[in-house]
Amino acid sequence: MSETLLVLPALLLAGFGLAILLRRPAGAVGGPGFVERNGAVIAAYLVVAVGFWVLLMIVLPQLYMVDFSFRNNLPLPKQGGPEDVHTLKNYRYLLFGPEGSDQAFNWLHLKVFAKTIVASVLVTFFDFCLCYPIAYYIAQVARGGSSRLLFVCLLIPFWVNEILRAFAFRIIFGTSGVLNTVLIGMGILPPDAPIDFLRADVALYAGLSYAYVLMMVFPLYNAIESLDHNQIEAARDLGSPWWRIHWRVVMPHAKPGIASGCVMVFMLAAGALATPQILGGPSSLWFTQVIYDQFFQGANWPRGSAYAFVLLVSSIIFVMSAMRLFKVNLGDIAR
Amino acid sequence: MSANVELDHVTIRFADFTAVDDAHLRIEEGEFFSFLGPSGCGKTTILRTISGFLEPTEGSVRIGGRDMAGVGPNKRPTALIFQNLALFPLMSVADNIAFGLEVRGASRADRRRRADELLSLIALPNHGDKMVSALSGGQKQRVAIARALAVEPEVLLLDEPLSALDLRLRQHMRTELRTIQRRVGITFIYITHDQGEALTMSDRVAVMSNGVIQQVGSGPEVYNNPATAFVASFVGENNAFFGKVARAENGHAMLETSFGPLRGRNPKGLKPGEEAILFVRPEGLLLGAGNDANQFESEILANELEGSMVHVRLAGATPKAITVSLTNDGSAVAARPGARLKASFDPDRATILPKGPLADE
Ligand SMILES: Nc1ncnc2c1ncn2[C@@H]1O[C@H](COP(=O)(O)OP(=O)(O)OP(=O)(O)O)[C@@H](O)[C@H]1O
Ligand SMILES: [Mg+2]
Repeated sequence: MSETLLVLPALLLAGFGLAILLRRPAGAVGGPGFVERNGAVIAAYLVVAVGFWVLLMIVLPQLYMVDFSFRNNLPLPKQGGPEDVHTLKNYRYLLFGPEGSDQAFNWLHLKVFAKTIVASVLVTFFDFCLCYPIAYYIAQVARGGSSRLLFVCLLIPFWVNEILRAFAFRIIFGTSGVLNTVLIGMGILPPDAPIDFLRADVALYAGLSYAYVLMMVFPLYNAIESLDHNQIEAARDLGSPWWRIHWRVVMPHAKPGIASGCVMVFMLAAGALATPQILGGPSSLWFTQVIYDQFFQGANWPRGSAYAFVLLVSSIIFVMSAMRLFKVNLGDIAR
Repeated sequence: MSANVELDHVTIRFADFTAVDDAHLRIEEGEFFSFLGPSGCGKTTILRTISGFLEPTEGSVRIGGRDMAGVGPNKRPTALIFQNLALFPLMSVADNIAFGLEVRGASRADRRRRADELLSLIALPNHGDKMVSALSGGQKQRVAIARALAVEPEVLLLDEPLSALDLRLRQHMRTELRTIQRRVGITFIYITHDQGEALTMSDRVAVMSNGVIQQVGSGPEVYNNPATAFVASFVGENNAFFGKVARAENGHAMLETSFGPLRGRNPKGLKPGEEAILFVRPEGLLLGAGNDANQFESEILANELEGSMVHVRLAGATPKAITVSLTNDGSAVAARPGARLKASFDPDRATILPKGPLADE
């Protein structure tokens, strides 16, 4: 019963959202409307198809999860019974832990949560530092053939699936892995004291950064590519050193691309599961792993939902405030 | 401060394509110097070499006597104005102008003051806080000039800066550019494929074709005494008569053409038997037989009135018509299409040059 009650406003909301989304650009440009541009049949098809997709694949499951997160974890027979009421206890659990515990807060989970956010920011930052020069090179420096070749070099590793790639990183970063062997062979490390990159989470950060390189390179490339090369030369001709050209000319131009790359990488890193599972040190946890455990180890779907929802909302808030700080609009990113 | 620019046997190659072939010239301090030539002849390549974006394959560039080999564009005393201006669209007009000063570490107040000075120089006071996109084409043009002047270059390089403007604005900006150049007194090196632009603005012009500098000289020199067939046909209207030199004496020569023998000056000292082209300007031709028999006969194709001038087109040896331009004093009224008539010219107003490629129309 309550589900149908929820679905109705959701349907309405999605409909309105869709209507606004579709109207905006046409209204702003002042050109022909959406229906005139596409014809009635195609327009109707687009509205229905997109609406259906958005509703069924995105809005409904998420709303269901949200509803779930406010419920008690009840066995099947008791569902719909007198105990099946809305409650905040799943959220309370994330903050304060089990009732009657000796700690004021649920430090264990909160720390994992904070670490996930901070580490995702680091991964995003690292990816940006890694990808910006590559994107700049491909977009502005390399000529025809060699830029295509570089793209292929970037793409091919991503034909290998995520899990295999993560295991490859284990092989590279393990105590007896490639990196340690090389370092020991070069005499930089003593043979009896290899560095445990896995325990130090180096492997994890490297793996995550690597996993989302493309998500960063493509938006950066798109943004930088659209910059008129003459502007770079003009800045140089006026005496600018290379770093100031990037700071004052290239980066301001590429800001929407930078923002969209960073948002994408941050969101994906914060929500990653397989890579942290495989590359995380024995004592380190990613928040998604905590969520996973709630669902499948603890069999506590309401609490898992609550955790997932918290991760989603706080990521969005974080991204929005970062965007406000750097004065980027949501519209710019979509461009 | 102003500086001279010397190109010392500069050759620039891209792979095995020679874009500039052995350019050798000296541009004086404070001169307004133009490179004139058709599209693709290597003008931009020369300019990019002077500004430091390209290194010459052979030869060297000297600015103010200093060899520029290995000196990057950001270290040369030059400023370049790009064909598409390349203003920074995300900065205000004042920030654009002051960018070069920002690079040099000038304080915010200094930058603002200097930007305001330059804005009044280009007659755009109070436009400093606008965004570049809010300016008109001509205003952007002037901002680009101000931005380049802000770094106090010794040489200003301009790559067809007026080509994007409409005709009226272009003519207005010509005089404006010249005025600005006189006021700041620095060397201007100007590139254009528009001969009117080059002739009206410049102290001297270098005419280029296919990477080769054909002639360097003042406007009247280039117009009245072209050095090659290309220059004669590219700068201004000209009528060409092909033939073989029959006689040569006293700086004059007689050319045997399909219209009969025609005489003209022989500045290159051509010998009898050599292939040559006789050039005579439309305003150098007269209708009717002259008194010294330097004349030819042809059919009238058209009679076009253009206000103060009348252009009579005569059938030539090539598909291109021979043009006779007369002041509109009624003498051309009788020239009806279809009729045949005689035209003549003073041999001193015709130039005979060695046969060579012409500028294609
Ligand atoms: N980087 C390059 N690599 C190869 N060829 C080039 C390069 N730059 C220019 N060229 C060639 O050199 C020749 C001269 O080019 P340039 O740009 O100097 O011509 P231009 O006189 O400025 O012509 P326009 O009036 O059209 O601007 C052209 O044939 C061009 O194709
Ligand atoms: Mg050019």
